Amino acid sequence: MSMGNKSENKKPRFKYGSQASKDALSGYLYVSPFFLLFTVFGLFPILFNMYVSLFSWRLFKGEPEFIGFQNYVWLLTDDPTFIKSIVNTFSMWFMATLPQLFLALVIAFVLNQAFVKFKDMFRMAIFMPFVTSLVAVTIIFGNLFSRDYGLINFILGTQGLDWLNDNRWLSHFAITLMVNWRWIGYNTIIYMAGLQTISKELYEAATIDGASKVQQFFYITIPQLRPIILFTLIMSVSGGMQLFVEPLVWAGAGGGADNQVLTMFLYMYNTAFGVQYNIGYGAAIGWVMFIIIILFAILNWIISTKLIKD
Amino acid sequence: MKSPIGRFISYLFLVIVSFISVFPFYWMFVLSTRSNADAFKFPPILTPGNQFFTNLQTAWERSDFLTATVNTLIITGTVTVSQLFFCSLAAFALARLTFKGRKFLLLFIIITLTLPGIGQIPLYMIISKLNWINDLRAVIVPALVSAFGVFLIKQYIDASVHPELIESAKVDGARNFQTYYKIVLPIIKPGLATLAIITFMGTWNAFIWESIVLRDESVRTIQLAIRNLQGTYTRETAIVVTGAFVATLPLLAIFIPFSRQFIAGLAEGSVKG
Repeated sequence: MSMGNKSENKKPRFKYGSQASKDALSGYLYVSPFFLLFTVFGLFPILFNMYVSLFSWRLFKGEPEFIGFQNYVWLLTDDPTFIKSIVNTFSMWFMATLPQLFLALVIAFVLNQAFVKFKDMFRMAIFMPFVTSLVAVTIIFGNLFSRDYGLINFILGTQGLDWLNDNRWLSHFAITLMVNWRWIGYNTIIYMAGLQTISKELYEAATIDGASKVQQFFYITIPQLRPIILFTLIMSVSGGMQLFVEPLVWAGAGGGADNQVLTMFLYMYNTAFGVQYNIGYGAAIGWVMFIIIILFAILNWIISTKLIKD
Repeated sequence: MKSPIGRFISYLFLVIVSFISVFPFYWMFVLSTRSNADAFKFPPILTPGNQFFTNLQTAWERSDFLTATVNTLIITGTVTVSQLFFCSLAAFALARLTFKGRKFLLLFIIITLTLPGIGQIPLYMIISKLNWINDLRAVIVPALVSAFGVFLIKQYIDASVHPELIESAKVDGARNFQTYYKIVLPIIKPGLATLAIITFMGTWNAFIWESIVLRDESVRTIQLAIRNLQGTYTRETAIVVTGAFVATLPLLAIFIPFSRQFIAGLAEGSVKG
C-alpha cells in the first residue's frame, strides 16, 4: 500500500469535488441560518447580559456608568423585593409541580387501562387547556376567582373571599390552579406516550402475583417511567421558575398591592422595561435568576434520580 | 380492572377531570354572550345569553382587533413557514449529512433547549439599534428558526428516513438539495405538520417579548389587544372575555380536527427527546 493511498483512505473528505466534500459544504450551508440567527438573537444576548449587569445603566437616560459587581451586591444584600420574588416563585413552583405531575401520572395510568372506552375523547378534553393562551387563561380564571361575583366563591360558599389580596399563600394557590389547569393535560399526554413503552407482561405478571392496581402504579409504572418523569420535572423547573404571564395579567406588573405574587421574571421585566428602564439592575436580576434555575434543575435531577431509584 | 366499582370510579375520575378541563371554555362562551351587568350577578348565571355580537362589536372597536388580527396573521404566517423550511433543512443536515463538528452542533442545540431565556435586555438593545422597536420584524426575525424545531424534525428524520434511501439517491446523482426536497420532505410531512401546529400556536399565543417591543397600537398582536382591553376596561367583564374567547377560537378550530395527530406528534417528540 503506497503512502498516497493511505492518506486518501484516512481523509476522503478533503478530496475536492468528492461526495464527502459536497456533503460537508451543504451541511454547513443548511445549518448556517439557524446558527447565524441563534448566535445574534439567542446566544449573544445571554452573554452580553453579563456585561450590561456591570453598569448603572438606564436606557434613554444619561450614560451608562461602570460599577463592577455593585448591582449584584445591592440585589443580594439590600433588596427585600427581590428576595420576596424568589420566595414567591419557589412557593408557587412547589404548590404547583408535585400535584401537577402526580395527577398527570394518575390520569395517564387510568386512561391507559384496557377497559377504558372513548380514550381519544377524554384525551382531547384533557389536553384542550394547553391550546389556550396564557392571557386568555388568566382572564377567565381571574373572573372565576372574583371576590364578589366569582363562580368559585359561589361553589365554595365563600363569597367575599379575596383570593388575590386576603392571604399571600392563598394567592399563590390560585395561580397554581391556573398553571396546573393548563399543564396537567400536557404532562398526561407525555406520560401516556411513555406508558406505551412499558411491556404488558410486567403488569400481567404483577396481576398474577396478586398486586393491586395501586401497587402496580407505584411499583411498576412510576419506576418504569423514570426518564420521562425526569424530563417533565426539568421542564417544569425551567417553566415554573420563569412564571410570568399569570401574575402579570391577574395582579398587574407589580405582582399585587403587596408584591404577593411577584415572581423573579416579573421583577426583572418591571425593572428593565417598566418606567425606569433600569437595564443594568435588570440584567443582574437575569443572571442571578439564570444561576438559580440551573442550580435548582441540577438539584431536582439529583434528588429525583435517587428517590425514584428506591 | 375486573370489578365494576373500580371501573365506575375510573370513569367518574376521567369525567370529572375532563369536565374541569373543558368548563373554563364553556364559561368563556357564557360570559361572552352575556351583558356586562349579567357578569356582576350573584349567584353567577350559568347559561349563555344573546349579547355575543354586541360584545364583539364593542371589543372590536375598543382595541382595534382588525389591525391586531392582521398583525398576528403576518407574524404567525411568516414565522411558521420560515421555521418549517429552515428547521427541516438544518435537521436534514444534522441527521443525514456527514461533516466535521456535526455532533458538537447537535449538543449545542440540546443545551440551548434547556437554558432559561434571560437575554431579553440585550435583545432589546439589538432590536433598538436596528430600529425595530414597534416594528413587526422585532418579533419575526428572532423567531425565524428555533432550536426546538431543528431538534424535533431531526428526531423525526432519524426515525423515519432510512440512510440507505439517501445513499441510493446520491448514487443516482441527486444533489443534496434535491435529496432534501424530493425525498426527505415528503417522508417527514407528519413531523412538519406537528411543528407547524406547535409553532403556529406558540406564536399566536406569544406575549412576553411582544409586550416589550410592540408598544404602539398599530403593531399590537391579538394577545396584546386583549391584555390592553383587560387592563383598561376592568369593569367590563363581558367585553374583555369576548376578546379572550375570540382570540382562542381559531386555535380550537385548528386543534379539534387535528388533535389526534397533534397530540401523537407532540408526545413522540418529547418522549424521544
